[in-house]
Formats: sequence, C-alpha cells, structure tokens
Amino acid sequence: MLIKSKEKWAETENSVTDETLYLNRRTFIKGAAVAGSAIGAGVLASTASFSENKRILLPLDYKKTAYTLDETPTPENAIINYNNYYEFGTDKSDPAENAWRLQPKPWSVKVDGLVDNPGTYAFEDLVDMKSLEERIYRLRCVEAWSMVVPWIGIPLSSILKKVGPQNDAKYVAFETLADRKQMPGIRRPVLDWPYVEGLTIEEAMNDLTFIAVGLYGKEIPNQNGAPLRLVVPWKYGFKSIKSIVRIKLTKKKPPTSWNKSAPREYGFYSNVNPEVDHPRWSQAGERRIGDFGRRKTLMFNGYSEQVAHLYKDLDLKANY
Amino acid sequence: MALTTAKLRLYGKPFVFLLLLVPALWLSYNWWMAFQYQPHDLGFNPQETSNRFTGDWAMRILLVSLAITPIAKAFKSPKPVLFRRMVGLFAFFYVCLHITSYVWLDMNFDWPELWADVTKRIYITVGLIAFLLLLPMAITSTKGWVKRIGAKRWQQLHKMVYIVGTLVIVHFFMMRKGFQYEPLIYGGILVFLLLLRVPSIRRFASLP
Repeated sequence: MLIKSKEKWAETENSVTDETLYLNRRTFIKGAAVAGSAIGAGVLASTASFSENKRILLPLDYKKTAYTLDETPTPENAIINYNNYYEFGTDKSDPAENAWRLQPKPWSVKVDGLVDNPGTYAFEDLVDMKSLEERIYRLRCVEAWSMVVPWIGIPLSSILKKVGPQNDAKYVAFETLADRKQMPGIRRPVLDWPYVEGLTIEEAMNDLTFIAVGLYGKEIPNQNGAPLRLVVPWKYGFKSIKSIVRIKLTKKKPPTSWNKSAPREYGFYSNVNPEVDHPRWSQAGERRIGDFGRRKTLMFNGYSEQVAHLYKDLDLKANY
Repeated sequence: MALTTAKLRLYGKPFVFLLLLVPALWLSYNWWMAFQYQPHDLGFNPQETSNRFTGDWAMRILLVSLAITPIAKAFKSPKPVLFRRMVGLFAFFYVCLHITSYVWLDMNFDWPELWADVTKRIYITVGLIAFLLLLPMAITSTKGWVKRIGAKRWQQLHKMVYIVGTLVIVHFFMMRKGFQYEPLIYGGILVFLLLLRVPSIRRFASLP
C-alpha cells in the first residue's frame, strides 16, 4: 500500500510537475502518443500500465550480436513498467510513474581512483554511440522473478580501456545519481543513498559485462536506468546499477548498498546461484514475468560457460 | 437518527459484510480475467500482487477487529461489539485467501518446496503459527462454543489474538526489503491498540 505522506515537500512536488510539463509540453504530447502505441502482449497481460514515456525515446543505430537467446524477450510493456528503482519509490509501478523527473541529458560521469585518465566525462565521450550493439540477456532479480531483456549498449571493458585502469586497481565501484529534486524516493531512508555497487576488475572486464544505453531498439527509459546503466547478467539484478554518475577504480573492495543494508542477505558477489538460498526465500526457482508457473533457476543465470572460471577458487556458499 | 441494535442487526451487518467482501471480489474478478487471458489489474507479477493484497487486507481487518472493543469502551456503547465476530472471521477469511494465493497461485502446490519454506524461512514459520493460532478462535466463534467451554475460558482463548496480531506484524516487517515505513505504521497501530488493554493505561486515559 502506498501511504501518502503529508510533508511540506508534497506541494513542492506538485509545482515541479507543472513547470516541467509546461516547459516540455511538446515532448509530453509526443511521449504520450508513443506510450499509447506500446504493445501489451504476454500471457498474463496487464492493464496496469504507466508507460507515460514523457521523454521521446530516440531510435538507436546498433548491430545485432551473437549474444542472443532462444527465449522470447519479455514484452517491452512489462520491462518498462515493472521495475525496482527505489530512488523513485518502492512499489514496482513507482519508477514508471515517477522517473519522468529524471533529466538524463546532459549527463556526465566522474571517473576517478586508480586510472590513467581521471576526470568528468560527458556521456557522449564515454559511450561511443557509433559502436552500439544489442545483447539479449536474462535478468534474474533477487526476488525470484526474471525477464529476458534486449539491451543496447557497449561492453564495460571498452569504457574501462578508455580511462586506463592502473595495475593495482582490483575493483570497480559505481554510484547512482542521488538528487532529491529528480528522485522522490530519496526522501525515504530505504537505503543509504546514493546507491553504490561494485565488481572485481576481472568481472568488470568480462565480455558479458555491459553498459546499456538502450532498450528494445530505442534509448533506455528513465525507469530502467537512463542514460547509462550496468548490466551483469550472471548476477542478481540489484548489482546492475542504474543511472551511473561515478566510476571509481579501487584497490580495496568497495561497499555495496544492499550489503550495507542487510549483510546476511546480500553479499558482494551476489552471483545467481540456485544452491545458495536467500535467508528469507529459496533461490532454486524463479517466475519469468508473463509465465504462470515457476521455472528452475540456472547456475550463474545460465552464463556458467562465460563466467564460472572467475570463481573457481572461491567458496560460493561463503561468498554469496 | 437512532441506530438501534435491531436496525444494526438488520441493515448494518449485511452492509459491513458486503463491504469487507469487496477486496475479495475484486481479486477473484481479476484472477478470473487473468485465467481467461483477458486484461486485468493484477500487474505484471499477479502472484506477487495477490500475495501482498490478501496479506495487506488480512492485516488491516485484523487491526480493525482489535479496535472494536476499545471503540465500544470509549463510546460507552456495546453496539460496535455487534460487528466484532464478523470482522474477526473476515480477518481469518483473508488469511485463508492469503495462504491459498501462496500455496496454489504462487507455489502451485509444490509441497517439498513449501515444506522447505516453512522450516527454513522464519517469516513463513511466523505466518503459519499465526494461522494455526487463529484456527481455534475461528472454530469457537459461535455461541454454541461459548456455552460449551464457558465464557471465561472462551475469552482467555480469544486473547490469543494479541499474539496473532504481533506475529502478523513481525511477518510483514520481515518480508520487506530495506528500511520501509509501512510495517512501522501498522506496527504502531497494533502497539497502540494493545496498550489500550493495559489496565493502568486505561485508567490514565479514563477509559472504563
């Protein structure tokens, strides 16, 4: 249940709405038209749709890759309306409703720590929009539901090579934007904002590790982590941090948000592993959004071949 | 406008009955639509929606049932108590729907997995205990049972609802991720309702 708080900010929120709608009224009208044409397929189709993409999502030029699956991608309607993005609220429908406040253009990312070329990079300087590719990946949420998502973006390694990690860099730390004006959920202390995540340098350089800037052939919607987000398909979804504003290369293992919140439940690695349960629920199975029943969860979400070698000397029960 | 006991029995009870049935009707209608592959309002994860929806309503109605006696005492009127059994039984009904949603719609009768949940996940164990404690109260809710076991023992038995309320809030608190307000709000309401039953606090608030 959503409990509306009668804080003084409620008023501010309203005034922001009007002004932004006023300034972007043409965008709003076009966006509403785009949303109106969105497809609502799926076995369990839903009328609960908040796909008001008030931003016009431009089509992207990209090449298809071998990173595809035999499975049908989850309908776009579900991918953009069923989200965990707590900066916009904790209900699954909150991000689609509230994320229009996010301003993904212009965007810059601070790159610091153990790199040869530190600095604040404009989005366009970090992501080469001429070398975009599509990758269809499974996404497994730690809450035991899953999707198949056609992402568009570039490998994270291509960004890391650009900034030049130094030899003693062992980890990559990421940070999400935390702006009260753009993100109403920040007002609630659900997590210790800003949201932070991290990978080992080997994980970050793995070929599967991806920075998504698009979805279903278009720019990525705000609620899915615009303008750029991480995608680590063999780890639980919360590792795939959204709307990145900072990338830092470090020697020490960086803190990660859910681990700070509940260390017993969420580890640094958080690899998808059907044999290691979440303390509060089983991870052996999952519900693919659109399916009625559950299916078995695959080790490393089905990406063992590509990533199992990263963990051959690691006790995955102790390092969950 | 005098709401006599007779009028409340005749019109008030059916009205409250239908009112408390609304969430269940909404849920049944939407599942029926979902099973016909028709558009519905259960969202993209209908099982998650229906688990939460039934749990939320079970909890709310249970809190309402716990509020009836204090309200009756505050207004020095026995009339609210006319509805207490019905409201309590509705809480039990929504708990049954909640379990049905989880066992059937969510877990599809996967008994080994369900048993593992009950034994391994504390919040599910807590929820099951709450249900098992509600069961004897629901069974003995009739006048016949009050006579059979005696009013005093019957009342003692039904004080278990305080334990059930606490377990329900713990169950709700444990299934949330991160720091969230809703379990604290519901928990606060429960603590308030339980405090109203402490004799010294009742005296302080000059309630009978």
